[in-house]
Amino acid sequence: MIAEIGLAALWLAAALAVLQLLGGVLTLRGGTTSDIAALTRPAAIMQGGLVAVSFASLLYVFAITDLSVKLVAMNSHTLKPLIFKLSGAWGNHEGSMLLWVTVMALAGALIAGIERRLPEKTMQATLAAQGFVALGFYAFLLLSSNPFERLAQPAAEGLGLNPLLQDIGLALHPPTLYFGYVGLSVAFSFAVGALVTKQVTPDFARAMRPWILGAWVFLTLGITAGSYWAYYELGWGGYWFWDPVENASLMPWLAATALLHSASVLASRDALRVWTIMLGVVAFSMSMLGTFLVRSGILTSVHAFAVDPERGSFILFLLALYIGGALLLFALRAGSISEGERFSVASREGALVVNNVMLSAILAVVLLGTLYPLLTEAFDVRVSVGPPYFNPVGAVFAFPMLAVMAVGPLLRWRQDGFGRLTKELALVGALVLSSLVLFALLFGMALLPLLGISLSIALAVASFLPLKGRKLRRVPIETWGMVIAHFGIAVALFGMASESAFSTERLAALEEGQTTQVGPWEVRLQAVEPVAGPNWTAIAGRMTVAYGEGEPITIAPQSRNFWAPPQQTTESVLVTRWNGQLYAVMGEESTDGRWQLRLWWKPFVTFIWYGGMLIALGGVLALIGRVRKDLKRRYVTRKLAERRVEMENLT
Amino acid sequence: MSWRMWLPLMVFFGFLGLAAYQLTQPKDEAIKSTMVGKELPYFTLPPASLERPGVDSRYFHDGKPKLLNIWASWCLPCIAEAPQLEQLKEQGADIVGVAIRDKPTDVMRFLSQNGNPYSRIGRDDLSEVQLGIGSSGVPETFVINGEGIITYQHIGDIRPEHVPVLLEELRKAGG
Repeated sequence: MIAEIGLAALWLAAALAVLQLLGGVLTLRGGTTSDIAALTRPAAIMQGGLVAVSFASLLYVFAITDLSVKLVAMNSHTLKPLIFKLSGAWGNHEGSMLLWVTVMALAGALIAGIERRLPEKTMQATLAAQGFVALGFYAFLLLSSNPFERLAQPAAEGLGLNPLLQDIGLALHPPTLYFGYVGLSVAFSFAVGALVTKQVTPDFARAMRPWILGAWVFLTLGITAGSYWAYYELGWGGYWFWDPVENASLMPWLAATALLHSASVLASRDALRVWTIMLGVVAFSMSMLGTFLVRSGILTSVHAFAVDPERGSFILFLLALYIGGALLLFALRAGSISEGERFSVASREGALVVNNVMLSAILAVVLLGTLYPLLTEAFDVRVSVGPPYFNPVGAVFAFPMLAVMAVGPLLRWRQDGFGRLTKELALVGALVLSSLVLFALLFGMALLPLLGISLSIALAVASFLPLKGRKLRRVPIETWGMVIAHFGIAVALFGMASESAFSTERLAALEEGQTTQVGPWEVRLQAVEPVAGPNWTAIAGRMTVAYGEGEPITIAPQSRNFWAPPQQTTESVLVTRWNGQLYAVMGEESTDGRWQLRLWWKPFVTFIWYGGMLIALGGVLALIGRVRKDLKRRYVTRKLAERRVEMENLT
Repeated sequence: MSWRMWLPLMVFFGFLGLAAYQLTQPKDEAIKSTMVGKELPYFTLPPASLERPGVDSRYFHDGKPKLLNIWASWCLPCIAEAPQLEQLKEQGADIVGVAIRDKPTDVMRFLSQNGNPYSRIGRDDLSEVQLGIGSSGVPETFVINGEGIITYQHIGDIRPEHVPVLLEELRKAGG
């Protein structure tokens, strides 16, 4: 019964999406006074409610493990803990698509309910675009991946008790990215709405900005968590592999970062109109493209996903429809949108344009590298593009961007001169140069990490310069957001550069009782012991590790032998300190009875994830600041209107 | 209207065309050996059954082309291709087998059930020869000419329509 309610709610929601689309389109043709115009907003709000009911139904059938529902029988099990029963609801294709439309419909309901800044026509066009995008996903769900499908014969027990998938990281990582993708779909709808009605105004940028910020925060968290998870849980020993699936999450982030900055130029200065629209379209394209690449299995990746060419075709069709349509609209309309305010090169806008151009260039680099194998395969050549391409080519654009980022926030809007900033420029320059010289002499580092570390130090200091000479308690909360996010970039950059420059590796052959050093760690192999598991036996190296003079910790990495299928795996152990990680792997016994150990000390590698979290925190602060300002503005407008009414009554 | 405004759409169409083309292409999972055209590596394999001798790479240097069949008793497609191997043998092909990660008892049971078209069967417990000639799966069949050069690789089970192809390859290799 509950499953049927969920399905019915989904169909009704799809019908309301049609109404929303039609209402918007007819209003655009007829005018905002028509009867149908009054229906668009309520349709969007009702739709949000219905989809929420549908998703709640899915959660319910998973919670009670209703094995007559096919999706539950395939993906759940009565013995799972409740939290993993629930997360199982979106840990599969159908459920994750339902989660997608749920978030999307709730976002649509929210803008329909509260957004009053934009001209009504633009709003109608935005909601029509939102309805159109949602409709495609409803069709996908209802026609080819119904999550509520019943089995003719209920299953006796569910199939989903894979312990590997019972991981809280895995339960939260995909929805986090989804929230980001969906947030960008809202920005996309706003862009289309503004394009249709040619109302590319600062108000449009202000309406769109919280959605970009929200999406950007979720994408940042998703990427940070994904990178940490790959590093820590899976023991892959690296934080980023430039794998297509990772790139699929990075590309929307790059586009969203650029969009965030160009939207803030549009909001404050009414410039970069066409460019902001373009980025709004590109950011959502990247989300869709990412979904397509991941789900269609068109590119080979280390992430094993349930791939399905049919689903791939469907997503490609939606991609063609939305993005093709939006770009066509762009080509037809963008020429008639005027350029907006002008500004000089040495200005806040100028710096933000550099940021945008560089981010777009990095996006193009990543996109090209990701799609290149697809291109060459058409000519029967198999290639894989990896770090030797992405790292240096990306850095060519990233470093100048980071240098501009250090001084950009200090510049004034519209027109400024560097003369005013001599002291600050000298400070940043001196920091970069002195750390360049210092690190080159002390450590003889490779070029990229050397540049990275020097820039990160200068940037860390420079990111706080906008606070100079201001009363800290009166600095707006969104400015704190910017400062913290920029500082986070510096911290993450420092972590990346350190990881590649300072990691020390030690290959040691030890007898029991012997010690070795890796970085500041002293490692003593206490004993080598056999351990047995359900389908494996292992050799465990029990060792005590001590950081400097600190308390020793006991760890026991294993070398495991499975017998069905016969496989040897290593169970590495990570010891995390605030300033880095020790990574220990147990090897074979050598002929003279000693044991081989592989040890790594990766100082400051943890900074990569601290940085990611700081960036997200900055985004959250900026979002709070913007929303608070908006609420305040609404309050003032309401009071003014009340006052006017009072005045009229008096006279 | 500026032509530049159309540029994003053009680029997007380029991508769409490429992606659509790639989606319709069957994903080619077979990995071609880079050893085709090169000489067999040196190897000696012990016999995999009591009925046939083992395999030595020198055996491929007697001037006559041969088929080298990589198979295993645990492999289902190998059962499917057994009649075709029998047919090839009747047409005069000398078929040398290499059994991958197998036990003699299983090999003999397999041969008694599905026929034994092999003149020799080597036992490759560690897949050394398999990897050495660039085979990534079971079954695969290689054509080796009289000088021990690998001239052709067939990936997967041999279906009836492949029999004339393999005979032709054998003829080209000098049989």
